Amino acid sequence: MAAMTPAQRDAHWSKTSRLMWTIMALWFFFSFIIPAFAVQLNNIVIAGFPLGFYFAAQGSLISYVVLCFWNASAQNKIDEEFGVAED
Amino acid sequence: MAQATTRSGFIANLGKIYGGYTGGFIFFVILLAIAEQMGVPNKIIGYAFVFLTIGVYAYIGILSRTSELSEYYVAGRVVPPVFNGMATGADWMSAASFISMAGGLYLAGYGGLGYVLGWTGGYVLVAVLLAPYLRKFGQFTVPDFLGVRYEGNTARVCGVIVLFSASFTYIVAQTFGIGIITSRFLGIPFEVAIFVGLLGILVCSMLGGMRAVTWTQVAQYIILIIAYLTPVVWLSTTLYGLPIPELTYGQALNEIAELEKKLGIVKPHVAAYVDAKGQFSWVEFHNFWALVLCLMVGTASLPHILMRYFTTPNVRDARKSVAWSIFFIFLLYFTAPAYAAFAKREVYRDVIGQQISSLPAWVQNWSQVGGLLTIKDGNSDGILQLSEFVINQDIIVLSMPEIAGLPYVISGLVAAGGLAAALSTADGLLLAIANALSHDIYFKMIDPKASTVRRLVVARALLVIVAIIGAAVAGTRPAGIIQMVAWAFSLAAAGLFAPLVLGIWWKRTTSTGAILGMMSGFGVCLYYLIATRYFDMPLWFGIRNISSALFGMPVAFIVTWVVSLMTAPPSKEMQDFVDSIRTPKGDLAWVRGSQHE
Repeated sequence: MAAMTPAQRDAHWSKTSRLMWTIMALWFFFSFIIPAFAVQLNNIVIAGFPLGFYFAAQGSLISYVVLCFWNASAQNKIDEEFGVAED
Repeated sequence: MAQATTRSGFIANLGKIYGGYTGGFIFFVILLAIAEQMGVPNKIIGYAFVFLTIGVYAYIGILSRTSELSEYYVAGRVVPPVFNGMATGADWMSAASFISMAGGLYLAGYGGLGYVLGWTGGYVLVAVLLAPYLRKFGQFTVPDFLGVRYEGNTARVCGVIVLFSASFTYIVAQTFGIGIITSRFLGIPFEVAIFVGLLGILVCSMLGGMRAVTWTQVAQYIILIIAYLTPVVWLSTTLYGLPIPELTYGQALNEIAELEKKLGIVKPHVAAYVDAKGQFSWVEFHNFWALVLCLMVGTASLPHILMRYFTTPNVRDARKSVAWSIFFIFLLYFTAPAYAAFAKREVYRDVIGQQISSLPAWVQNWSQVGGLLTIKDGNSDGILQLSEFVINQDIIVLSMPEIAGLPYVISGLVAAGGLAAALSTADGLLLAIANALSHDIYFKMIDPKASTVRRLVVARALLVIVAIIGAAVAGTRPAGIIQMVAWAFSLAAAGLFAPLVLGIWWKRTTSTGAILGMMSGFGVCLYYLIATRYFDMPLWFGIRNISSALFGMPVAFIVTWVVSLMTAPPSKEMQDFVDSIRTPKGDLAWVRGSQHE
């Protein structure tokens, strides 16, 4: 399988970078933006859980697991698209 | 050849092997439960748990012995993602996570969730920014990468120094935890228990290095997760009819809120960023996000964790492995707040405001054991006020089986789980330190012509030496274990995150820039730590020194950036090398040192 041309390589890296920034933005949102509003979110209570507390204790954690699995499959798709996924 | 077939036979049958192991362990617990009902004393049950589990780990350690370098350093690169995820989970979850964290949440309420967020969110950074690229790089250690990318031994040595500072601090804390657990459940003096624990650590890792440690860690994860979940699942079922404590503790939070009003407690469990009087505080707010940031970035900088992704077969599996790691870690972390909630509900409902003469059995038992739970009738009214009840955070997990009305065998199970957590982390750390010293210092810098046999001898000798020094330091009972662990994270974050991430994601990073960035970031962080801890320097912006990397990290990034732009760009070979790291398929482009064994 021939190596990528420089143009293809740049396109691959640009897609990779875009995925990276998307995931980083979501990570930042769940790690810092939501907790910043914990006091206000705590006024909403669902099944006994004040929402601010819930996110720090469970909600954001779930988002991390989802983000990691999503990253693995989305990045693999990008690699396959450019023919650089391992066999 | 026969060796190779047994090894691949092992990989192909992992599910069956560990399935059988899990079944065997559950059978063992049931046997001990029957023994307890038949009158076997608790001490024997405690001994059975400790020695039998360590025996199993030693057995796995012996089965995994090797004389092959790639097996000793990176487990032969054959570990499938799911199992690597479990091993990472055990490696990650130390005595601090297993025993102290739920207690920390009990004491601090929302404020303690900074640790929960900080110790999970970092894995997103690992998955996206580092693991796949370090795996493609494919050598044995993190300083290996620094030495190649930044062209020489200066970067390599800086990497080793940061690695050593962070990992050694961390391992002293772990050995201390092992000593506490072992001494409590075997009833032997602390100083002796530390060396018993030390032997436990060494039997797992000496003969097989990373290969032994990985497969032992999978076994340890299975034990620790069963041990952690059992008491709370039981309690959740008895209290609310649903064996899912992570859902039912919402009701416990409800009850706690009402009890807080009834008892006149000013600092609610769920209130965010409040001080001791229950008032919102900007200092608490800023310390929370600073801690979260430092712990997350530290996660992505700790060499014993990054090393775990060198053991997967390829880049794609490295990414999947990080996802499985965070999943297995999540199972424990999202349960910890349930422990805290159930314990607090119990204390507020059945302990505070009750007659001191008729407190529940678990309170009476633990107040006998030295210093972990104290009851003092300060105002002599015969009733226990909140201020008269002082509980050490380590008890929350250890006493949960009794709170849930479970037999002693479950307490023994929890002890085995805590021991598994502590041993697995200590093994991972010890290996990271010894491997850096034997591979990066001895082989790469002192004797590049050393034979395989000699390299393995040096590696194993260093393992023993570092373990003994760690145990000796732990024996002096240093104060503030959770603090020490947090420092380790900050030191790693300030020293390693910038050169690793920039080395992969910014081709323009030069060796001089990275080296100066590492030294300045690490230096600022270390300065803040030592000055505030030992020289009473006032805090900068009220930020506590468990978040020292808040100051070190930006310095590392800025210095790396500025100096890189001021020095000549990396060579064409180096830029091609970085391109090849970013591409999963294909060989690495050549630069000096990039060809590995």
